Amino acid sequence: MIADGAGEDEEKWLAAGAAAFKQNAFYMQRAIDSNNLKDALKYSAQMLSELRTSKLSPHKYYDLYMRAFDELRKLEIFFMEETRRGCSVIELYELVQHAGNILPRLYLLCTAGSVYIKTKEAPAKEILKDLVEMCRGIQHPLRGLFLRSYLAQISRDKLPDIGSEYEGDADTVTDAVEFVLLNFTEMNKLWVRMQHQGPARDKEKREKERSELRDLVGKNLHVLSQLEGVDLDMYRDTVLPRVLEQIVNCRDEIAQYYLMDCIIQVFPDEYHLQTLDVLLGACPQLQPSVDIMTVLSRLMERLSSYAALNTEVLPYFLQVEAFSKLNNAIGKVIEAQEDMPILSAVTLYSSLLKFTLHVHPDRLDYADQVLGSCIKQLSGKGKIHDTRATKELVTLLSAPLEKYNDVVIALKLTNYPLVLDYLDSENKRVMATVIIRSIMKNKTIIATAEKVEALLELIKGLINDLDEPQGLEVDEDDFEEEQNSVARLIHMLYSDDPEEMVKIISVLKNHFLTGGPKRLKFTIPPLVVSALKLIRRLPEEGDNPFGKEASVSATKIFQFLNQIIEALPSAPSPDLAFRLYLQCAEAANKCDEEPIAYEFFTQAYILYEEEISDSKAQVTALQLIIGTLQRMHVFGVENRDTLTHKAMGYSAKLLKKPDQCRAVYTCSHLFWLEDHETIQDGERVLRCLKRALKIANSAQQMTSAARGSTGSVTLFIEILNKYLYFYEKGIPQVTVESVESMIQLIKNEESLTSDPSAESFFASTLRFMEFQKQKGGVVGDRYEQIKV
Amino acid sequence: MNYLLGAFKPACNISITFSDGKNRKQVPMKKENGQTALVPLFQSQETLSGKVCIEPYQGKKVEHNGLKVELLGQIEMYFDRGNFYDFTSLVRELDVPGDIYERKTYPFEFPTVEMPYETYNGVNVRLRYVLKVTVTRGYAGSIFEYQEFMVRNYAPPPPINNSIKMEVGIEDCLHIEFEYNKSKYHLKDVILGKIYFLLVRIKMKNMDLEIRRRESTGAGANTHVETETLAKFELMDGTPVRGESIPVRLFLAPYDLTPTHRNINNKFSVKYYLNLVLVDEEDRRYFKQQEITLYRLKEDTSS
Repeated sequence: MIADGAGEDEEKWLAAGAAAFKQNAFYMQRAIDSNNLKDALKYSAQMLSELRTSKLSPHKYYDLYMRAFDELRKLEIFFMEETRRGCSVIELYELVQHAGNILPRLYLLCTAGSVYIKTKEAPAKEILKDLVEMCRGIQHPLRGLFLRSYLAQISRDKLPDIGSEYEGDADTVTDAVEFVLLNFTEMNKLWVRMQHQGPARDKEKREKERSELRDLVGKNLHVLSQLEGVDLDMYRDTVLPRVLEQIVNCRDEIAQYYLMDCIIQVFPDEYHLQTLDVLLGACPQLQPSVDIMTVLSRLMERLSSYAALNTEVLPYFLQVEAFSKLNNAIGKVIEAQEDMPILSAVTLYSSLLKFTLHVHPDRLDYADQVLGSCIKQLSGKGKIHDTRATKELVTLLSAPLEKYNDVVIALKLTNYPLVLDYLDSENKRVMATVIIRSIMKNKTIIATAEKVEALLELIKGLINDLDEPQGLEVDEDDFEEEQNSVARLIHMLYSDDPEEMVKIISVLKNHFLTGGPKRLKFTIPPLVVSALKLIRRLPEEGDNPFGKEASVSATKIFQFLNQIIEALPSAPSPDLAFRLYLQCAEAANKCDEEPIAYEFFTQAYILYEEEISDSKAQVTALQLIIGTLQRMHVFGVENRDTLTHKAMGYSAKLLKKPDQCRAVYTCSHLFWLEDHETIQDGERVLRCLKRALKIANSAQQMTSAARGSTGSVTLFIEILNKYLYFYEKGIPQVTVESVESMIQLIKNEESLTSDPSAESFFASTLRFMEFQKQKGGVVGDRYEQIKV
Repeated sequence: MNYLLGAFKPACNISITFSDGKNRKQVPMKKENGQTALVPLFQSQETLSGKVCIEPYQGKKVEHNGLKVELLGQIEMYFDRGNFYDFTSLVRELDVPGDIYERKTYPFEFPTVEMPYETYNGVNVRLRYVLKVTVTRGYAGSIFEYQEFMVRNYAPPPPINNSIKMEVGIEDCLHIEFEYNKSKYHLKDVILGKIYFLLVRIKMKNMDLEIRRRESTGAGANTHVETETLAKFELMDGTPVRGESIPVRLFLAPYDLTPTHRNINNKFSVKYYLNLVLVDEEDRRYFKQQEITLYRLKEDTSS
């Protein structure tokens, strides 16, 4: 309520002030139009008197100031005309000083001074010096700030800068700089003083008001940066020390923060680079509450992007030892500000790291040093729980990855894992994901066991949950996502050297086995695949003239694989283990390792018997077994017989008749392997098919008995297809007659017409036969013989 | 009618002209009725010469017992208005008794007249110079004609002109040190100076520099002192902090000032003071007054 009332009052005051202002401006204009200097001065002074108010907030005051500014432009033009008409500018300069009230007087003085400079009847520097001195009369912060900002405004284009038309004889740019610096200093003093005026309860409001005014002060720095004459030497020797002195001495946190930032933003990066120690030297001297982190971070950001855009300046960075200076400065700042929050420290180091990565991409030791310093800061503080700090830490750790696009570099940073340790497990996982993503994105191949070891250390948040507090449940989807990424990662760990690869794999194994059943499901398969890939790459044993097999032999890897897969059943994924065994068996087959292949098969069978109980899963598993077994050529007759027999047995024991039927006819393939004379037993093929037919019959009967309708003929058609297959292959036992009778059998089935899918299946089978017939050749001849 | 009117009209028209009247500088002077008129300007040691012209009205003769011109320097106290004290009186007899029938011109001259005091128009007193022509007549009363003129005396720049420097303060409250560049200023001078704030514990609204004129008339128990503030010039707006120095630059030209008159014929004196006034936020005034001496410097002929 009170605030509202004040606001309304302020509006009223502003309105009243503006009205009076307008009126006097009108009279002033009339005096100008009639070339009446005396009246023009009188009314302009009255007009400017409205600026003497203390009732307006900076915002409203600015409103009034802008009106004054516009009016004073007109007055300035009038003054200029007056001097052309013969009025002495010196007199004019004196005349305006007759005004009794100081504020209007000084506004007029500045305006007249501007004209004075333009006429060049006196050196610009003298007039400017006079103006900036006289402005001391306004000690009221708000009014003083605006007055001086007016002075800055009108003098901007009149500074005796190099190349300016107001440049004097010698060294006048010093005067220009001196002038701006002085005005800046005074403005800053006024600005800081605002903080200490008025009751303490209005602190917040005052700070808000002050921040509204800050650009008035900062503008001076901008003007300085625009001066042609401010070259590096001038900046280093005069401008910067003076500005910093003012900043440090004002002991005001708002001013210090804003102005430091201003310096960084306003002056060229090149200057910063050359004056780094001066600039940084000021940092520890600032008030402890100043957010120096942000300031330094911005500085480093700027320098980094400077370096990034202009690669030719990089040598300068080295020359001025930018990195060590920054590093030292940060250390000092942190030392100076004892209770600095972790967040700030981490942010600082993060920026520093980014800086060094950009500027000295070749100096890994620098990056490592940064991480080292960071650790020093973090040590003794335990895990970080501040979410923003951890976030920043993640950024920090991601920086090298982003920069180098190569995790291998990060692995070289010895301090990297130590920093990582300060994250809690959740963020460790996040970080690990980031690392993995980086690897995937850049397709980085990590080729030595040592690096793999280091990498795994980094991402151990994903690999095991040693220090995971119980009860902290990870979202299922997230977990899967993470583990999948680990799985993908495995394929990036690759070495052309088999020996090294074996090492890598064994390192991976050691780590993954600690991961618990939930993870194994995801991590083991890729590992196995990776190992199998290795096996394929191994030279044929006979071909190796150097006898290297002692170190890397397929046998060894197989043994190793066995160990890995063994771990799986303990996880609730027998299915997976089963498949992997079969995979391995197949690989062993390729390597002619009969005992090993047999062993894998045995394991698979055991799993089938003990763990796979779901009938659907059994069907699938059985199909896999048969499929794999069919291709195995490594086995001797005996072993193969055993395995085949077993598979047949499983088939017959399936629960559902159709499943049985299908399994049995599939088994027929086990006895016929093309290109392998040893495994071509037409008799048994036929026996299988016949048995399948029998089962199909009984299946049909069962359905008709149970449901009252005849069962599907689909099974028969499927069996027919098998017949055709083997017939085509030319197995003597599968005769034309048997095929023909099969077709006849199906045709006779009365249910054929009632089942559209079966009907079309049969039709397409027949079409296939017709098609094969048309093809001609040996196959065509065979089909020719079939009479439908 | 004509005859009747003529009876009340003075018998003749008297005019006084200065011989260098065309070239002499004229300055405005405030007359008693409040209007300003231009009068010629003289300074001490100058020679006043000119002509007195007596022109009887048509068909009249002026019979007189003598004709004289006087140069008078007079002081008039306003509490005793109309009573002039002549501190200077010079007389020239222009004619012996006789009759004037037609226009007659008499030259006169007061060579190197000592006019030590300047014309002055104060609150309670004025000092004027006047030429008075008297046609002495027996019966009809003498005829007078006055011509006022202004006297300004110029002084050379004083050989010794120290600055005024002083530290003043209220204990634990306010300590300032001020400095004015001179103690003696000419009337078109500019006062330069600085105010240093050594200690500021009060909240200030503003600081003004005033020029005050102290006109003291009479003597002894009858001394009457009148103080006027002729100029009020704001030097500072707001509260400074310790160590701040505020510049002073006050042009004297726009103000209606006279030279300092220490003692005019034991009748009156005029002194000038600079008064530095600080006003705090509760409108309390803190001030320090310093006398300055004003003098009139010979102006350049060009300006």
